Amino acid sequence: MATRTIAAARPLVEVRAVSHHYGRTSGAGQVLDTVDLTLNTHEVVGLLGRSGSGKSTLLRSIAGLLRPSEGEVRLVAGDDGAEPTVAMVFQTFALFPWLTVLQNVELGLEAQRVPAEERRSRALAAIDLIGLDGFENAYPKELSGGMRQRVGLARAIVVNPSLLLMDEPFSALDVLTAETLRTDLLDLWSEGRMPIQSILIVTHNIEEAVLMCDRILVFSSNPGRVAAEIQVELPQPRDRLDPAFRQLVDDIYARMTARPVATAAPKDGHFPGTGIAMVLPRVSTNALAGLIEEVDAQPFDGRASLAELADSLQLEADELFPMAETLQLLRFAELAGPDIRLTAPARRYAQADVDSRKALFKQALLAHVPLAQHIRRILDERASHDAPGRRFRDELEDFMSPDYASETLRTVTHWGRYAEIFAYDEEDDRFSLDDPA
Amino acid sequence: MTDTIARPLQARSFSRLFRASPPNWADLATFLLLAAAGILIVRGLTDVAQPLSRLSVQPVTLDPRNLPGYALRTTLRMFAALGASLLFTLTVATLAARSRRAEQIIVPALDILQSVPILGFLTFTVTFFLRLFPGQQIGAECAAVFAIFTSQAWNMAFSFYQSLRSVPSDLQEVCHGFGLSSMRRFLRLELPFAIPGLVWNAMMSMSGGWFFVVASEAITVGNTTVALPGIGSWLALAIAREDAAAVAWAVGAMAVLILLYDQLFFRPIVAWADRYRFEQTASADRPGSWAYDLFRRARLLPVALAPVFAFGRLLMSLDGGAHHRDVPRDRRPHPIAEWLWRLFLAALVLASAWLVIDYVGRSLSWADAGRAVLAALCTLVRVVVLIAVASLIWVPVGVWIGMRPRWAERLQPIAQFLAAFPANVLFPFVVIAVVRWHLSPDLWLSPLIILGTQWYILFNVIAGASVIPTDMREAASMFGVSGLQWWKRVVIPAIFPYYVTGALTASGGSWNASIVAEAVSWGDRHIEAFGLGSYIADATAAGDYPRVACGVAVMSIFVLAFNRLVWRPMYAFAERRLRLA
Repeated sequence: MATRTIAAARPLVEVRAVSHHYGRTSGAGQVLDTVDLTLNTHEVVGLLGRSGSGKSTLLRSIAGLLRPSEGEVRLVAGDDGAEPTVAMVFQTFALFPWLTVLQNVELGLEAQRVPAEERRSRALAAIDLIGLDGFENAYPKELSGGMRQRVGLARAIVVNPSLLLMDEPFSALDVLTAETLRTDLLDLWSEGRMPIQSILIVTHNIEEAVLMCDRILVFSSNPGRVAAEIQVELPQPRDRLDPAFRQLVDDIYARMTARPVATAAPKDGHFPGTGIAMVLPRVSTNALAGLIEEVDAQPFDGRASLAELADSLQLEADELFPMAETLQLLRFAELAGPDIRLTAPARRYAQADVDSRKALFKQALLAHVPLAQHIRRILDERASHDAPGRRFRDELEDFMSPDYASETLRTVTHWGRYAEIFAYDEEDDRFSLDDPA
Repeated sequence: MTDTIARPLQARSFSRLFRASPPNWADLATFLLLAAAGILIVRGLTDVAQPLSRLSVQPVTLDPRNLPGYALRTTLRMFAALGASLLFTLTVATLAARSRRAEQIIVPALDILQSVPILGFLTFTVTFFLRLFPGQQIGAECAAVFAIFTSQAWNMAFSFYQSLRSVPSDLQEVCHGFGLSSMRRFLRLELPFAIPGLVWNAMMSMSGGWFFVVASEAITVGNTTVALPGIGSWLALAIAREDAAAVAWAVGAMAVLILLYDQLFFRPIVAWADRYRFEQTASADRPGSWAYDLFRRARLLPVALAPVFAFGRLLMSLDGGAHHRDVPRDRRPHPIAEWLWRLFLAALVLASAWLVIDYVGRSLSWADAGRAVLAALCTLVRVVVLIAVASLIWVPVGVWIGMRPRWAERLQPIAQFLAAFPANVLFPFVVIAVVRWHLSPDLWLSPLIILGTQWYILFNVIAGASVIPTDMREAASMFGVSGLQWWKRVVIPAIFPYYVTGALTASGGSWNASIVAEAVSWGDRHIEAFGLGSYIADATAAGDYPRVACGVAVMSIFVLAFNRLVWRPMYAFAERRLRLA
C-alpha cells in the first residue's frame, strides 16, 4: 500500500448528478437520484447498499453498459491523453460455457483485434497470475465456483483496464472460497501485480466492504442516493477480530438501518410508501419466528447487535435487514443504532404455542399493516365475503410498479394466511373469509 | 475449435496429420464414409439436371435394383430442404430478433405457418415451379424440396428466434463491455447459445419431413402428373399396380434409410451440440454416438471441418471491430413513422383479406364454404377421438416404460424412430384390408391419420415419466398410494406437461395427414372418408384451385382455433401448476 500512495492520486471517473429511472416517468421506477461520485487512482472503493439501492445500475453506467436517464459519467483522460478503460467481473461469472478457459480469457483481446500470438501469451500470463494454470483447456462447467470466478477475473484484467468493476463478485461463492478469492485479489492489488489503477466493488456484505475498501459509499434505497461516505483508515491486511474493525462494521450497520431523515412519516419505518401503498418485502413468517426465537434466547436475551446476529445466523446483511425491519413494522422489535431489541409482545411470542403465536401475529398484522387491515375490511363489508385479487393488485398499482404490487400482495397474502385473517385461492385469484377447516 | 486456435495450436493439429504413425482404422473408416457420401451426392445431382422428358423415357420402375438409387434421391431432397431451412432460419429469425418491425410481421407469420396444412399447398407450388423451369426436372425437384422445406422451416426459425431472445443478459453485457461487433456477437454468443434448440428442432423437422417427401414426389395436379425418381414415386407406382411386395420393399428401404440417417447424421450432431448446452454444471448422462466418436478419433476431422471454421473466421475478420463504449439511449421511433408503419401493416392485412375473398369468392358459393366447414367438423371429430384413443393406449404404456430406466433407455430411440417413419408408406396395407373386407372407409380409414403421429405422445410420455423424482415415487409408495389415486395424484400431474407437448404435436400432424389419409387408392379403386382431407385431396386431383384454397383456409382456421382454445390453455396450466421445479 505504501508504495501506491506515493504516486499522486488523480481522478479516473467522475459521476455527476446521475439519475436513472426505468419506464417513462420518474417516481415509482426511479433507482438512482442525483448521485455524485469521483473515483481516483490507487484506491479500492466499495458501493454498499441493499437490493434496490441502484448500486448495480451505477456500476453499469460507469461500465458503459447503460446510459443513465440524466447526468453524466465522464472518464478522465490521463496525462498521456488516453481515456481510462474499464472491465467488469460479474456476480454470475458470465462465462461462455462453450469456450474453454483460455478462449474465455482471450475474448476481450479478440474483440480488440490483438494478433493471435500476443493474445495467447497475454491470456496465458493472466491465467498464470490468477492461479489458473493447468486449467487452460478446461470448460467452465468442469470448474468449481471459485475457479470460475478466477476465470472471470482473468478475463477482466487481461485487457489491461484502468478500472476494474466488480458486481458482487463473491456473493455466489461459499464463505471459504470467497475469503480465499478476496485475499488473493487483495494480495495482487497491494503488490501492484495487476495493471489496474482502481477497483470499484459493489457489495451488500458489510464485512467484505470494510475488509477490502479504502473508501465506502453507503447507499440508501428507493431511490438510491449516497447516504454516507466512510474512509477506512485501517492498515492492510485487516483483521476481522480487531476491535476497530468491529466498531466500523457496527457503525455501518447503524447507518444502514437509520431512518432516512427526509421521510416525513416515521411511523411506517423503512419501507417506501405509506398506508396501503407501502411496499412489503418478501419475508416468510417462519424466518420471522426464527429471528424472534434467536434474539429472545441466550446469549442475546432480547437484544442483539445486527452484526453479531448476521454472523451467528449466517445471513447476509441484505437478507437480515428486511426481516429486522418487518419485525419493527409489526412492533415486534425496535432497531436502535446497530442493535435490534425485542418488544414485550415479541418476547411473549417466543414463548407461546402455535395458536397463541398466530393470535399475536394477527393482532400485530391488523394493527400495523394497513394493507392487511384493508383487505380484511373489504371482505367483512362484502355480503359474499370474497373479493378478486385483481382488485387489490390494481389498487396497489396506482402507487407502485406492477412488480412491486404483485410482490407486496404475495407477501401480505402469506402473512394473512398464517394469521388466518383471510384465505386466498390462487386458482381463481380470490380472497375470501372461507375457512377450509 | 474456432479462430482462437492460434498458429501454434493449428500447426500442432496439422503436424498430427503428417506424423509418421500408421493411419488408424478410424481414419480409414471416416475417409470411406466421407468419400462415399461425396460420390453419392455427385451422382444424385447429375440426375437432377436432366430435362423433364427423360422421366417419361426412363420412368420409375419397380426393380429392387433401382431402389438404392431412389432412396438416395429421396435423401438428397431431404438434405437440400434442410439446408434451405437452415438458411431461412439463420436469416429470417435473426432479422426478427434484431428488428422490432420485422418481428411484428415475422413472428405471427411463423406462428400461423407452423399450424397450416402444408400438403394443401402442394398444388400451388408444383404449378409454380413447373412454370418457373419449363420442361426441366429441376422444376419438379424444386417443388418437392419446397414442400419439405415448408414442413421444416417454421418451427426451426421459431425456436431460433426464441433462443436469440433469451440469451442471458450477463453474457450480453460481457459482449457489450468488450465492444464485440454484432457479427462477432452472433458467432460467439447467439449462435452457440441457440444451437441445442436448433438441432433438436431440426431433428423433429426431419422426422416430419420424411412424410412429406413421400407425399410430394409423385403428384398429380389436374392434367399434370410428375413422378420424380424416389421412394415416394416407387410407392405410388406400387399402389397403382397393386403390388404388395413392392410396398414391402419400400417399407424396408425407408427403415434402412431412417436408421442410417439417424446413426450417421443426427446422433453425431446431437452429441456434438451437447457442448453448447447452456448449463454451468456438467450433466451425468451425455448423449453418445459411435459415429461421433469415430469422427473424433479420426484425424481427418479437423481437415474436413476446416472450411466451416475458415468461413466463420472470414466473417469475423470482415467486421470493423471498433471499440465504442457508448450505448445508445432507448431509441423510441418517431411517432409519425410509427403511425405510418401501423397504417402499412393494416393496409397489408386488408389487401390480403380482399385478395383471398376475391379469389375464392369468384368461383365458390357459400354452400361450398359450408361443405368445407362440415367436412372440417368431421375431420375434427376424427382427430379428437383418435387422440383420445391413442392417449388411452400410449399413456399407460409410456408410463410403464418411463418408470423403468433400463427399458426407457432401449425403447425411447425406437419410439423416436417410429415417429420419424413416414406412415404414408404403411397406408397401402390398411387400404388392402379395407378393400378386401369391404369395411366402411369413414371409420376404418380414420386410424391412418394418427398412424404416424401417435408416437409423439408415446415418447413424450416416456420422457415425462422417466423424470418423475424418485423421492416423489417413494413417498407415494410409502403412504400406500395406488390404483386410481396413484394415477390421479401422482402420475398424471407429473407427466401432464410432457403429454400436452406430445398431444399438441400429434394433433397438428394428424390434420396434415388427413389430406393423404382420407382419400386413398389401391390399383384403380379409390376409397374416401368424408372429411376436409379428402375435400382438399379431391380438389387437388381435379385441379380446382379455389376449392383447394378454401379447404386449406378452413383447415388453417380449425387448427389455429384448436391450438389457441384447447392446447395453449392446457399448456399454460401445465406450466403454471404442474412443472416440477
